[in-house]
Amino acid sequence: MEMTNNQFFLTTVEKFVRWAQKSSMWPLTFGLACCAIEMMQLVSPRYDMAQFGGEVFRSTPRQADLMIVSGRLSNKMVPVIEQVYRQMPDPKWVVAMGACASSGGIFDNYAIVQGVDEVLPVDIYVPGCPPTPDAVVYAVLQLHDAIQKGQAHGGVMRA
Amino acid sequence: MSGRRKYPQAYAGGAEALAHVRDEIVPALEAAFPGGVTPLVPSFDQPQVQVAPDRLAAVARWLKDRGFNMLVDVGGVDYLPRTPRYEVVYHLLALPQLWRLRLRVPVEEDELEVPTVSDLWPAAEAAEREVWDLFGIRFAGHPNLTRILMPDDWVGHPLRKDYPIQGPRASLPAFAAERNRYHAPKLPGDPPGTAGWPGGAKGGN
Amino acid sequence: MPQVVRSGDYDLDLEELQIDAEGDRMTLSVGPHHPSTHGVLRVILEIEGERIVKAVPEIGFLHTGIEKQAEQLNWTQAITVIDRADYLAPLSNNLGYVLAVEKLLGVEVPPRARILRVLFTELQRIASHLVWLGTTGLDIGSQSVLMYCFDLRESILDLFEEAAGARLHPSFFRVGGLAQDIPEGFEELARRSLARVPERIREIRNILDENPIWIDRLKGVGSISAEQAIAWGVTGPNLRACGVPYDVRKAYPYAGYEEFDFAVPVGEHGDCYDRYIVRVEEILESYSICVQALARLPKGPVMVDDRKIARPPKHEVRQSMESLIHHFKLVSYGFDVPAGEVYQAIESPRGEIGFYVVSSGKNKPWRVRIRPPAFYNVFAMPVMMQGALLADMVAVIASVDPVFGEVDR
Repeated sequence: MEMTNNQFFLTTVEKFVRWAQKSSMWPLTFGLACCAIEMMQLVSPRYDMAQFGGEVFRSTPRQADLMIVSGRLSNKMVPVIEQVYRQMPDPKWVVAMGACASSGGIFDNYAIVQGVDEVLPVDIYVPGCPPTPDAVVYAVLQLHDAIQKGQAHGGVMRA
Repeated sequence: MSGRRKYPQAYAGGAEALAHVRDEIVPALEAAFPGGVTPLVPSFDQPQVQVAPDRLAAVARWLKDRGFNMLVDVGGVDYLPRTPRYEVVYHLLALPQLWRLRLRVPVEEDELEVPTVSDLWPAAEAAEREVWDLFGIRFAGHPNLTRILMPDDWVGHPLRKDYPIQGPRASLPAFAAERNRYHAPKLPGDPPGTAGWPGGAKGGN
Repeated sequence: MPQVVRSGDYDLDLEELQIDAEGDRMTLSVGPHHPSTHGVLRVILEIEGERIVKAVPEIGFLHTGIEKQAEQLNWTQAITVIDRADYLAPLSNNLGYVLAVEKLLGVEVPPRARILRVLFTELQRIASHLVWLGTTGLDIGSQSVLMYCFDLRESILDLFEEAAGARLHPSFFRVGGLAQDIPEGFEELARRSLARVPERIREIRNILDENPIWIDRLKGVGSISAEQAIAWGVTGPNLRACGVPYDVRKAYPYAGYEEFDFAVPVGEHGDCYDRYIVRVEEILESYSICVQALARLPKGPVMVDDRKIARPPKHEVRQSMESLIHHFKLVSYGFDVPAGEVYQAIESPRGEIGFYVVSSGKNKPWRVRIRPPAFYNVFAMPVMMQGALLADMVAVIASVDPVFGEVDR
C-alpha cells in the first residue's frame, strides 16, 4: 500500500475515534455552587442532554470524561478538584461554567480562585451568572465540534 | 384547598414578647449582674445588652435558666479604629415565649478571648469556630477551636478589617503565577486552543 | 486493627477531627465530591460495621467570602453577592437583606411592592422545595420524581425570567421596593403556572406517600427530638418536623405576612419522613399564599418616592437637572444609611435566615453577618445520624436540605 493511502486510512480512524468520543460524553456531577442547579436542569425534561449523548451523569470520576465545573472554586476545594481531575481517565475535557469558574466572577477576593483555568486546562468557557442551560448545551455542542475538528484533544495531546 | 390538615397554632406575637424582654427581663438581668451588663438603647428590632467578657459565662447561664433555649447566632464584628476593637454578638431566642435578646460582648485587641457558651448551647460550637476562623477571637474552654471555613494552613483571619480583600494575592504576585500554569505564554504558531485564548498572563490586577 | 481510608493526597487528620480510630472501627471519609452530599459537604464517619458511631461534618469547601465582599460594595451592589449565598432561594436572601437595610433607613415600601415581594418569595420557596424533593427522590431511588419536580420548577423560573430577566438569581428586590414593575400579562401567566402546582404535587405524592421503598428509607430514620433540635439551633422545616410550630412569618411577621391566611405544617417524630411531609405541605401553603397575593395585588408604584434612595424614572432624568444629579449620585455613589445595627430574620426555605447588618453611616455596609440556617442544620446532622446505618446517611443529608453556598458563604 502506498504511503498516501496509509495516511488517508489513518485520518479516517482518527475521525472515527473523534466521532465516537464526542458522541457519548459522560459528564461528571461536579456541582459546586449556583451553576450546579442549572447544570441539573440539563437532564430535566425541557433541556434534555440525552439528545446530545450526554445524559449519563456519572458520580464517579473514573467513568466520566467531561467535567463541567459549575460554580466558584474556593482555595479549600483546589486539592479536591485536582484529585478528581486526575482520577478521570484520558481523554477528558473541562467546561468552565459561569463567570466564577471562568474568571472568578464577582468574587475577586481571598477565598475564590480567579478562574478554574488556574488549576485545570479548560476547553470551553460559558459566560453568565449563572448561564442558562441552553448556554451549557451550546457549549457542549461547541466542544463536540472542536473534538471532531481535532482542536480539543482532551488533556492528552496538548499541541 | 381540600384535604388541608389541621395543625397546631403556630407561635405568634413576637412584638409583645420583645416588649416583655425589654420591660422585664433586661432590667432583671441588669439587677442580677450590676456592672457586668449594660442595656443599650433598644435598636430597631430587638432588645440588646452589652456584656463584659468576664461575666459572659454567668450571664449566659442566667439567661438559659430563664428560658432562652436557642442560640440563634454567634457573629463577630470588627470596628477597626475603635477600642475595644472587636465585638462578639450573640442572638438568643426563647422558643415558646418568642423572646429575643442580643448580647454584645466587646473584645479588646490585646485580649482576644471570651468564654465559650458551647457547654450551654451546642449550636455555639460550630459558630464559635467560625468566629475564630474569620476574626481570630479565641473562645476559652471550646472543645475544638480549629479553622472551619478556611483551609487549615491558612494564615490570617479574613474578616478583619485590615485583612486585604484579595488575601494573599494582594501582597504576593507569585501566588497567582505559581497556579497559573495553564496560562503560560504560548509560542508563535501554537494552536490557540478551543476557546481562542492566545495565552499570556491574565489581565486586570 | 483500626483501618483508615486514605483519599489520595487529601488525607484525614484524625487527631484534629478528634476521632480516635480504635478497636473494630473504621473511619470513612465521604465527600466533598459525592453525589449524595448535595454540594460540597464532607462527612467523616466513624463506623462500626454498618452503624455510624460518630459523624463529623466538615465544611468550608465553598467559602466564598460573601460577607467580606459585601463590605466592599455599596448597599445596592451588595445585593448581588448576598443573593449568591443561598442559591436555591436567592430571593429569600434578597428580601432579608433589603428588609434589614430598610429598617435602618426607616423606609416603608409601597403596598404593591410589598405584595409582589411576598409573591416572589413564596414562588421561590416552591422552587426551592421542588429542587429538594427532586434530589431527595433521586437519592432515595426515584428518578421520575426529579423529572416531575424540575418540570414544575421550570414554569416558576419562567416567571422569574419574565419579571426580572434572570432565571436563578433574579436580584429583583431593591432597598425601597422592586427593581421594576412586573410586565403586562404577568399575572395571567403566574396564575396559569401556579395552577399546575397542586395537581403536580398530588401526582408526586401519589408516587411517594405510600411507596414502601420511600417509607422504609425515611420513616423512623434520622430522628431528632424537639429539645435537641432547639439546642442545636435547627430552624425551618427541620424544626417543624419535630412538632415545634415556629415560623418567622407567623412569629415576627415581616413584609406583610400577617395579612395572609396560611397554616404552618408541623410533623410529630422529627424523622426524615416528617421532614418530607412538612416540606410538601409547605409547597401547598406557599401556593395558597401566592394565589392570595395575586388576588389582592393593588395598583400603584413599586418603589418608594424618595429620590435619595430610588432612582428617578428615565423620562425625568432627560428633562430635569435635579433628577439627573440624583441619578448620577445613586449610580456612582449609592446612598448613605444611618449608623446602627439591625437583625432581620426571615423564613427562608431552610429556616430562619438572619441578617445582622451594621452600618457606620456610609454608603457601604460595615458588616453584613448572615445567620445561615443550613449551617446550624448541618451541624445538627451528627445527632440525627447517631446509630443510623451507613445508607441512612444519604437520607439524613438529603432530608436536612443543606445548601452549601449558604453554609460556607
